[in-house]
Amino acid sequence: MNSNKRKRETLNRPGFITLLRSYFLRHVQVFFYSLGQLSRVPISTLMTCMVIGIALALPMGLHTLLKNAQQLSGGWESTAQISVFLKKKITASQAQKIQSDIQRWPDVISVDYISRERALKEFQALSGFGDALKALNTNPLPSVLIVKPKLSQTNEQATQKLLSKLRNLKQTDKAQLDMQWVRRLYAIMNIVERGVLILGFLLALAVLLVVGNTIRLAIQNRRKEIVVMKLIGGTDAFIRRPFLYTGFWYGLFGGIIAWMLVSFTMLSISSPIEKLTTLYQNQFELSGMSFLTTLSLLGISIILGLVGSWFAVGRHLREIEPQ
Amino acid sequence: MIRFVNASKRYSSGFDALQNVSFHMAPGEMAFLTGHSGAGKSSLLKLIALLERSSRGQVIVNNQNLAKVSRRRIPYFRRNIGIIFQDHQLLFDRTVYDNVALPLIIAGFSHNDIGKRVRAALDKVGLLGKEKKYPITLSGGEQQRVGIARAVVNKPPLILADEPTGNLDPELSAEIMNLFQDFSDVGVTVLVATHDIALISQLPYRTLTLKDGKLVNDSQPAL
Repeated sequence: MNSNKRKRETLNRPGFITLLRSYFLRHVQVFFYSLGQLSRVPISTLMTCMVIGIALALPMGLHTLLKNAQQLSGGWESTAQISVFLKKKITASQAQKIQSDIQRWPDVISVDYISRERALKEFQALSGFGDALKALNTNPLPSVLIVKPKLSQTNEQATQKLLSKLRNLKQTDKAQLDMQWVRRLYAIMNIVERGVLILGFLLALAVLLVVGNTIRLAIQNRRKEIVVMKLIGGTDAFIRRPFLYTGFWYGLFGGIIAWMLVSFTMLSISSPIEKLTTLYQNQFELSGMSFLTTLSLLGISIILGLVGSWFAVGRHLREIEPQ
Repeated sequence: MIRFVNASKRYSSGFDALQNVSFHMAPGEMAFLTGHSGAGKSSLLKLIALLERSSRGQVIVNNQNLAKVSRRRIPYFRRNIGIIFQDHQLLFDRTVYDNVALPLIIAGFSHNDIGKRVRAALDKVGLLGKEKKYPITLSGGEQQRVGIARAVVNKPPLILADEPTGNLDPELSAEIMNLFQDFSDVGVTVLVATHDIALISQLPYRTLTLKDGKLVNDSQPAL
């Protein structure tokens, strides 16, 4: 009797190793259990995941398009150049001196010197006003330095800085950035980028709310179960776990759906875009989401699922107490 | 095992559910808690299971002063108490086996251990062979026994029962009481709240009587 009683007491609690093993086993079980719970209600699960997927696909798709646009215009940017018109009194040797000076600037790739005579010849050859120019006694054209800025970084400010540096040279009459429209394009893309960011933020918030609300309903549906768990000594972590894993699955599936939507969209517009670019005699291939982007999409989606369910569980679990 | 020292419970509505209740139950003792409905039986059990906290006085269970058990520790504290409810509190979407195994899963027992203990508990309450059934297919008495199996599967040193025979006929009630006697015989402290005076009078156990939140009678069996 006495030894029986002792045995009962020693066996009343699992050992540490057993506890550790059951803990991990329990995680694996809940991992699949929550998946099983979701698969029991495939339609509503799919709907929730679709909402998450679409909400994430929108900013992700725009982001991918924007990345492509930036890549495409990155090519145009290298053609951007600054024309520096030198003052008329500058002689050819002085101009060449300035040319080699500017050449040494770190933010400059190359400087091309167009002498007054060469400018005149080119103008005569290309403009069709050749005869009119002959009527003039002097060459009205200044000598020009064509400066190509180094633009490995798509940085508008760097170009502006270079431009003002060139303008401030005392030999400069006038300096102007060619292809103003590239700058405008960048400005627009900046706005679009900001817009995509804001849209992404708002839609991420929407995902949080969708997951939170879905989990809230799940908690309410399983109110009785939660009460029973609390009565027989289930810790908050134990009760929380299946809901968190449910949030995880919503996030994962939502992310996969978003990835599929974006990939499908990119695939379907890639051939018309190729047609368009060949019309411009431009070689450009639409690139889809990179492996890294896909991974971060899934990661963000899973995190949103987890955080959404965490909030819902945190808010509603405490309210449910056995009476 | 259970010690109340001038414990009182006042709800926020101002209702005094318990006033200056003091008593002591030794380990392995079995007792009935009785009184008309609203006398405070449920409140007293709630104080023991930490479903409520006393407003004044002390409640000491298993050598733990319950005022010092933090919210985080409550689940671990409750694992040492088997609670049996009038409405069973079973999960109807799970089998009998899963219902009874729940406390063991929560406590982190190994798979093998769980199987052995669940079968032992079901054997004890006479339900071996019904593991795979769902509670809804069982009779009221059987459901109550599933609830009892779940309460004892963990081998807690203390069992609380709140009107465990409330919905059962006298014969089934007697069976349930026999079970409690068996647990008491192996050293488990058992406190049964009931208003079934007829049943109590047949059994040789201490009876605590509450009236309007006060302990008015603490009688040992006549034998």
